[in-house]
Amino acid sequence: MPKARILIRPKEGILDPQGKAVERALPALGFEGIEHVRVGRMVELEAEDPERLGELCEKLLANPLIEDYEIEQLDGAA
Amino acid sequence: MRWGVLQFPGSCDERDALMACERTGAEARLLWHEERDLDGIDAVVVPGGFSYGDYLRAGAIARFSPAMEAVSEFAGRGGPVLGICNGFQVLCEAGLLPGALLLNEDLRFHCRQVELIAGNERLSIPAKHGEGRYYAPEGVLDELEAKGQVVYRYAPRQNPNGSARDIAGVRNETGNVVGLMPHPEHAVDPLTGSTDGLRVFEAVAAAGAGA
Repeated sequence: MPKARILIRPKEGILDPQGKAVERALPALGFEGIEHVRVGRMVELEAEDPERLGELCEKLLANPLIEDYEIEQLDGAA
Repeated sequence: MRWGVLQFPGSCDERDALMACERTGAEARLLWHEERDLDGIDAVVVPGGFSYGDYLRAGAIARFSPAMEAVSEFAGRGGPVLGICNGFQVLCEAGLLPGALLLNEDLRFHCRQVELIAGNERLSIPAKHGEGRYYAPEGVLDELEAKGQVVYRYAPRQNPNGSARDIAGVRNETGNVVGLMPHPEHAVDPLTGSTDGLRVFEAVAAAGAGA
């Protein structure tokens, strides 16, 4: 079945305390000059009908009020 | 009057909610998440806990349970529904209440007594959650305030989670669905320091009686 990867992240403008915590930890590890860290999540799946993935994201995988999502079709799908 | 208290795998406050309902002088019974039959139920509590492990997002999976489908219909008919903590998250995910609950601003799980402002009343009720930061777009917040839908607010300097405009609880436009992060069901016996939680249950029951 066609594979897809879905990236979900907090919407622009919504405070992301996880991203901030990661960002604040970086200088102590010697990573300077990194900013605007946002932490989201990734869902991998195989779908018989990739056309329906948008609907799946809207209904369950993401909450469109607070999150953006991107669907990447893997293994060569157009 | 008979309350139904939902129970999902991962719920943990349903027993206290049952007792709270009974303390208001009503009857109450548990409703397993696979039940669809709300016959004889006059009001519903969606209790706190970690329904379905809170996987994906808090409340995201619970909203698709058979019991929640029945509760959505019940709410649509004007039936009173009270969502507490995880139950509030479930009601927001289900679109029965506006907004969403995000990770606490400081990333900590907070467990402490908070003062809430409800109209002219002040209530002392415990709050315990890691994802209680109420969020809605600014325009929606303005509208909620204009329509009197912000029913519970943390008192000044009591906001434990960074909620927008100190919002602790909201109701829907028709007033029969109410959700809040703090736990009124844990404040119904003088032994634990406050019985103010009873007023939350009574207010929801009264909203149903007026519908």
